[in-house]
Amino acid sequence: MQQIIKKGISFSFFLFYITSSAIAQEQSNSKNAGELHGNFQTDIQYYNTDTLIGAPIVPEKVRMNGFANLTYTRDKISAGLRYESYLNALQGFDPRYKGNGIMFRYVDFNNDNLQVTAGSFYEQFGNGLILRSYEERGLGFDNAFDGFRLKYTLLKGIRLTGFIARQRSFFEYGPGIVRGLDGDVSLNEIIEGLAESKTKLFFGGSFVSKYQQDQDPIYKLPENVGAMSGRAKLISGGFSLNAEYAYKINDPTATNNLIYKPGDALFLSAAYSQKGFGATFSAKRIDNMDFRSDRASTGNNLNLNFLPALTRQHTYNLAASIYPYASQPNGEVAFQGEVIYTIKKGSALGGEYGTTVIGNYSQVFGLDSTTSFDGHGYSSKYGSVGQVYFKDFNIEIQRKLNANLKMTLFYANFVYNKDVVQGLRGYGTIYADIFIADVTYKINKKNAIRTELQSLTTKKDEGSWATALVEYTIVPSWFFAIMDQYNYSNPVLEKRLHYPIGIVGFIKNATRIQLSYGRQRAGIFCVGGICRLVPASNGLTLTLSSSF
Amino acid sequence: MPSVDVKTMDGKTFNTSAIANDGKPIVMSFWATWCSPCKAELNAIAEVYADWQKETGVKLIAVSIDDVRNADKVAPYVNGKNWEYEVYLDTNGDFKRAMNVNTVPHTFLINNKGEIVWQQNASQPGDEEKIYELVKKLAKGETIN
Repeated sequence: MQQIIKKGISFSFFLFYITSSAIAQEQSNSKNAGELHGNFQTDIQYYNTDTLIGAPIVPEKVRMNGFANLTYTRDKISAGLRYESYLNALQGFDPRYKGNGIMFRYVDFNNDNLQVTAGSFYEQFGNGLILRSYEERGLGFDNAFDGFRLKYTLLKGIRLTGFIARQRSFFEYGPGIVRGLDGDVSLNEIIEGLAESKTKLFFGGSFVSKYQQDQDPIYKLPENVGAMSGRAKLISGGFSLNAEYAYKINDPTATNNLIYKPGDALFLSAAYSQKGFGATFSAKRIDNMDFRSDRASTGNNLNLNFLPALTRQHTYNLAASIYPYASQPNGEVAFQGEVIYTIKKGSALGGEYGTTVIGNYSQVFGLDSTTSFDGHGYSSKYGSVGQVYFKDFNIEIQRKLNANLKMTLFYANFVYNKDVVQGLRGYGTIYADIFIADVTYKINKKNAIRTELQSLTTKKDEGSWATALVEYTIVPSWFFAIMDQYNYSNPVLEKRLHYPIGIVGFIKNATRIQLSYGRQRAGIFCVGGICRLVPASNGLTLTLSSSF
Repeated sequence: MPSVDVKTMDGKTFNTSAIANDGKPIVMSFWATWCSPCKAELNAIAEVYADWQKETGVKLIAVSIDDVRNADKVAPYVNGKNWEYEVYLDTNGDFKRAMNVNTVPHTFLINNKGEIVWQQNASQPGDEEKIYELVKKLAKGETIN
C-alpha cells in the first residue's frame, strides 16, 4: 500500500478504482450516485522572435500549458485529481514545469466533526504568517502539501487541524517533512450567553515544524525548525480588529545567507464600515521570516508561509505591471490605510446615481538594522524604520453620469526603490505619476464600448508610458479588444516601443475561447469580462477553458 | 452544494452545504476586490437588487476569493458600496476549487432544488439584465435551457 501511495499515477488508479466502484455500487440505487464535476484550461502560444523586448528565442516555436481538474463527491466522501501538462511550459513559467503528470490527487472523508484528507491538500493557518499552501495557476505557483490531514471539531466553536506532509516542487516533492497544528476558538459559540452578542471574539494558535537532514560539511544546521504564532480577532458591529504575531527559531537558509538569527512577524489590521463608508488601516513588520520546507530553495518554490505586500493590488495595467511592490520576507515594515466613501444619490456632489471615492496610501520601509558578527547577521530595532522601499498614494473616483455612461478617474503617485524590490544595483529610487480615465458606454441592452486611457510619467528608469484600450462587448457571447502600450520616452531610442495586442473572445456559459495576437507585458490583465494573471509574451495565444 | 468552510463578514465559520433560500432562486457570484468586471456587475445589480428581491425572492451570494492581502478590505468595500448581498470570504480558495472556478467573475444560478442550472465565466455590461430574465424564469418554476 505504501508503494502505491508513493507513486502518483498508482494512487490515481486507486482513486479511480474507489470512485468507479462507488459509482457502480450506486447504479442499483440511482437516488444518490454522487456528482462528478471538473474544469480545464489550456493556453497555447506561438512565439515571435522579439529581441527588442528581450524575449528569448523559443526553439519549439509553440508551447502549451494545460490542466484539468476532476472532483467526485458522494455523501461524506469526495475525491479528486488534477492532470497538468507543460509541453513545454509557456514563457514566464518556471521551466521545471516540464512534461505531463498528476501531482494533485486526494480522498477526503467528512463525518460531521471529523474530516480526514489523504493525498494532496491546501491549507492556511490564521493569516498565513507561518503556513499557507495555495495555488495560483496563472502564475505557475503551487506549493500543495501531500500527506495526511485531520480536521476535528472538538466542540462547537473549537476547531483543530493537524497534518504531516511533504510539499510539491514542480513534478517532484521537496526534501523536508512538514508538521503543522492549529487551534481555532470562537468564544461566542462556546459561551452560551455570548451567542447573540454584537461583539465577537476569536482566538487561534499554530505550530509548524519542518524536518530536513543536515548534510552540510561545514555548518551545523538545525534539522528541526519550529515556528509558532498566536492570533486574535474582535468584531463588534461595523468595527473589526485583527492581530497576529509569529516567531520562528533560527533557520539558516539560502535566502537569509545562512544566518542563525530567529525570525518574527507582526500583523495588525483595523477596519470600520457603515452604509456608504468603509475604512481600513493595517501595519506589519517582518524580520527574517522567509520560511520554506527546503533550506536550499530560492525563488517561488517550497514556500511555507505567505507574506503578501501590504499595498493596494492595482488592476489598471500601468499601475499593476510597471512598478508593482513585492514583499521583502527578510525584513520590512509596512503601513496601509484605505477609505471608501459613496456620496449619496441625488445630492449636489453625488449626482443622480451616486459617486464613490476611494483613497489609499501605503508605505514600506526597510528594518532599522545593524550588522553583527555573532552569527545572527544583524540586529534590528522594533521602534524605528530604515530606508524607504515603496510608497503609493492613489485616489479613485467612480461616477455614473447617466443610465448608459459610467466613468472612473484614477491618480497614483509611486515611489519605488528598484534596487531593493528587484534585488538590483544602480537603478536607485523611481518617482512616477499615473493618470487613468476609464469610460464605459452602454449603447443598448446588448452592446457596450469601454475605453481606458492611461499615462505613467517618470523621468527615470525606462521613462514614461501611455496606454490606450478599446473594448467592445456583445452580450452574451462576444468581445473584441485592442490595446497599445507605448514606452514613448525611453532614454534608449530603440526601446521606445509599442506593445500592441488584439483580442477576440467567445463565451458560452462556462466555456471561454480567447485568441490574442501581439506583445504583452506581465501582470493582472482584466479584459473581456475577466481578470487573469499573464506572463510577458509576443505572439499568438489561444486560451480555452471550461467547467462543468 | 459542496461542503466547504468559508467565513462570514462577522468572522464566523460557515459551511457551504447550508446555502439555501427557502426554495427560491440563488445567484452566486465569485468575485475579488481587485477584479474590476466583478465589481462592475455586482454594483450594477446592487442598484436593482431590492426590485429583484421583491419580485422573485432571489438571493445573491457574493463569494470573495480575496486572500489575506485584501480580506480585511472586503467588509469596508461591501458596506462602502451599500451592497445588501450575503457575502462569504474564501481566503484560501477552498470553495472556489470545490465549485471548479478558474477565474473571476464566475456566476452560478441555483434553482429551488439547490441545483446549479446555469453558470458563466465572464461579466460584461448588460449581463445583469440577462441574469434577471433567467432568475424570473426560475422563480416561476420554469426550466432554463
